[in-house]
Amino acid sequence: MVVTNQLRNQHLLWRSGFGPKAEDLSSLSSISQKELVRKTFKDSAKRPEYIDVAKNAIDGVVKGFADAGKIQNLTKEQKQEIRKQAKEGLKNLNGRWMEEMINGDDQLREKLSLFWHGHFSTRIINVYYQQILLGVIRENALGDFKTLLREVSKSAAMLSFLNNQQNRKQHPNENFAREVMELFTLGRGNYTENDIREGARAFTGWGFNVSGEFVFRDQWHDSGEKNFLGKRGNLNGDDVLDILLENKKTAQFITRKLYRYFVNEQVDEQRVLALSEKFYSSGYNIKALMETIFAADWFFDQKNIGNQIKSPVELIVGIRRMLPMELKNPDIQLLLQRVLGQILFYPPNVAGWPGGRNWIDSSTLMFRLRVPQLMVGGDEFNVKPKDDDDQQMGMMEMSEMKKEKGKMAAMNKMMAQNAGATIAWDVYLQNFAQVEKTNMIDTLTKTVLQRDGVDKNLLLNYADISGRDNLVKSVTLALMSTPEYQLC
Amino acid sequence: MLIKRKEFLQIGSLATASMMLPKFLKAFEAPVVNGVPPGNKVVVVIQLSGGNDGLNTVIPVRNDIYYRERPRLGIAKDAAVKLNDETGLHPALTAFRSFYDDGNLGILNSVGYPNPDRSHFRSMDIWHTASASSDYINTGWIGRYLDAQCSGCDKPTQALEVDDVLSLALKGEKSEGLAFRDPRRLYGTSQEKFFKDVSAGHHPEEETVDYLYKTMAETISSADYIFKQSRLHPSSATYPSTQIGQNLKTVASLIFSDINTRVYYLSIGSFDTHVNQQPQQDRLFKELNDGLQAFVQDLKSNGRMDDALIFTFSEFGRRVSQNASGGTDHGTANNMFLISGGLKQKGLINPLPDLSDLSDGDLKYNVDFKSVYATVLNKWLGANDELVLGKKFGYLDFV
Repeated sequence: MVVTNQLRNQHLLWRSGFGPKAEDLSSLSSISQKELVRKTFKDSAKRPEYIDVAKNAIDGVVKGFADAGKIQNLTKEQKQEIRKQAKEGLKNLNGRWMEEMINGDDQLREKLSLFWHGHFSTRIINVYYQQILLGVIRENALGDFKTLLREVSKSAAMLSFLNNQQNRKQHPNENFAREVMELFTLGRGNYTENDIREGARAFTGWGFNVSGEFVFRDQWHDSGEKNFLGKRGNLNGDDVLDILLENKKTAQFITRKLYRYFVNEQVDEQRVLALSEKFYSSGYNIKALMETIFAADWFFDQKNIGNQIKSPVELIVGIRRMLPMELKNPDIQLLLQRVLGQILFYPPNVAGWPGGRNWIDSSTLMFRLRVPQLMVGGDEFNVKPKDDDDQQMGMMEMSEMKKEKGKMAAMNKMMAQNAGATIAWDVYLQNFAQVEKTNMIDTLTKTVLQRDGVDKNLLLNYADISGRDNLVKSVTLALMSTPEYQLC
Repeated sequence: MLIKRKEFLQIGSLATASMMLPKFLKAFEAPVVNGVPPGNKVVVVIQLSGGNDGLNTVIPVRNDIYYRERPRLGIAKDAAVKLNDETGLHPALTAFRSFYDDGNLGILNSVGYPNPDRSHFRSMDIWHTASASSDYINTGWIGRYLDAQCSGCDKPTQALEVDDVLSLALKGEKSEGLAFRDPRRLYGTSQEKFFKDVSAGHHPEEETVDYLYKTMAETISSADYIFKQSRLHPSSATYPSTQIGQNLKTVASLIFSDINTRVYYLSIGSFDTHVNQQPQQDRLFKELNDGLQAFVQDLKSNGRMDDALIFTFSEFGRRVSQNASGGTDHGTANNMFLISGGLKQKGLINPLPDLSDLSDGDLKYNVDFKSVYATVLNKWLGANDELVLGKKFGYLDFV
């Protein structure tokens, strides 16, 4: 594929966000790259609106009990109510955030937030705490990593997920201290087991209250001397975070991970080292790092274009941006996330989604290829996702299970009955109103795919040639059903 | 002879498709002679999802602590399926008594791992990846077995999961198992022909896109291969109409064929019985029992009982004490059933768990599940277990 201005602009939109929007398509060949980069940052400059799905703090209070392990003290009805609320809440939070990714102008912010959501991965049922953490992440996504790390480390969601509420002077819990180093800052191999033990002592007393606010409990804190990564003293949790941020390995670890996410899974180590030096000396300014990357010529090299495997969320959001649609039942998105292996707020573990080729196996690949037709109702939904006992939280009774099964059957039926989504085709179609019919397949390929695609004659074989609109529609959906479309 | 244009096109596209196929896939088109003939060993893994209550599965019928901790949920000695004076099985597991009598049943007690995790997802991850509880690995033990066995393999069907979605256990670094619910529609869709054409039309290109096309081509040709194999010697036995029953029938048909599959993977659940445990475990065990009864009988009639090793596992057991809702909460160590005609140790392989020596109300493990994997990999499948598990674990003697 020739690297045209249009391809470069699409590359920027796919990597800095979730791909081009239908109404922007026609401008992509003319707008300058520099101008588009500028617009990308401008659109994400504003402080994001807080996503609020938990009705009020009381919900959180009740749910706080569940996470605090006091669930056995509640009545059966209370438990059922909590489970229902939490599940419903997380579903709404998921849906609302997806809406932001699809329709929000602040594409870079949402894309970075998705990155941090996987980096600072938590899996707890308390929707209120999850909502607060998402707020912290979205607010600081382009800010400085120091603040982000500190706020996440003090969030109820993270402290709860990594058991720091149980980290006390008399019996330390090392979970939080270990993951802060292994997954959030230094990466493996840059600390010892002793550093974990000493770090855990420094974090004793860090906890949260039922409203999700950070609380330091002095009586549980170990105020003795610690020896952490070569520094001695009466260190507390903030000191430990400072020491981790002073360490250049942290800048390297984060830069490397961002490079793999935004540029290429194959890392150019020299380049990452240079970027990380800049990141470090800027005081961990995330926005500045992203500006450097998107301004670089190498970012637009052919070898960095069209070779990243889209995550399930990127795939679904990308389709919905290019083809504006109304879902009759937004639960379908959750179902797709489940089958494809990326449910927001349910990462596989504290290490987040591994990404890259891990998204792909025989089942997920074939299902991905079917997603566009499933969405428009041209294919039958006949796949059952695996049960998730954590999500169902073990309190599903048989009557409840039957209901769930009934719901699933109803949804399959709905998906099967051409009722998946209504696409507002007009917005998309107008981009191709002036295109010569003989050039149509070429033009569509270059719009939908980020690399050379399927043979033109093959597409023509499957195209609906009864009129221009049907041609555009059928070829677009066919292109979205190819392995090439899995890449951006 | 006149060939109609449509037929010509079909033949043409088939010929092209065949020419485009990589070499390792072309083997499918040759008559299959190198499958797994009688005498070769296969493993059937049955996952009891949700955390099965092991203490109400293999029941210590003379243990006072058991009845004291479970005044409502404890299963009375007379109600249990008797194995010996000390031990009974859940009342629904009637067929297991005949497996036991025939010397085809082994029971491993107190299987688990250090620093147990009580989250379903995390603990299941640990069982699937065979990692330590502080490590996060993105590949499963069966997937890594495929990596070790299948480099240069001509057929990517050595491990099959009967499900719509592939489990982490079957994902390797380079190779992956295949998941299918029904061999007729591994990629069951009205777009089948389109996908076949797209797959056949690909020319080698950049690495990542080639990887996607290779996965696609393997899936399509494996689907055809599995479907053909499943029809070679389809089981004629009667199986229950439950999902697990029908899945086991599919597995039996494949075992009787020439397919090269060594590992089959099935799941049943949910055993997550916090509330009102008794009817739920009852129902699931009845399905499992009836399915396995038909399966074992089928394997025996076809002379393959000695070649198959079936084992069950769950991500964790449940707490010793019942809770206030007629159920049990997440626990730790658990038992595993081993069913095969080729067992070297039969019946109760190790003692029942010691209920007077608990850790915070939970059973202590004394067999690491990775030892079970190591034994199966090395002694049953003839694989290099150390390579697959990344470490040497002691072997057990059940095979």
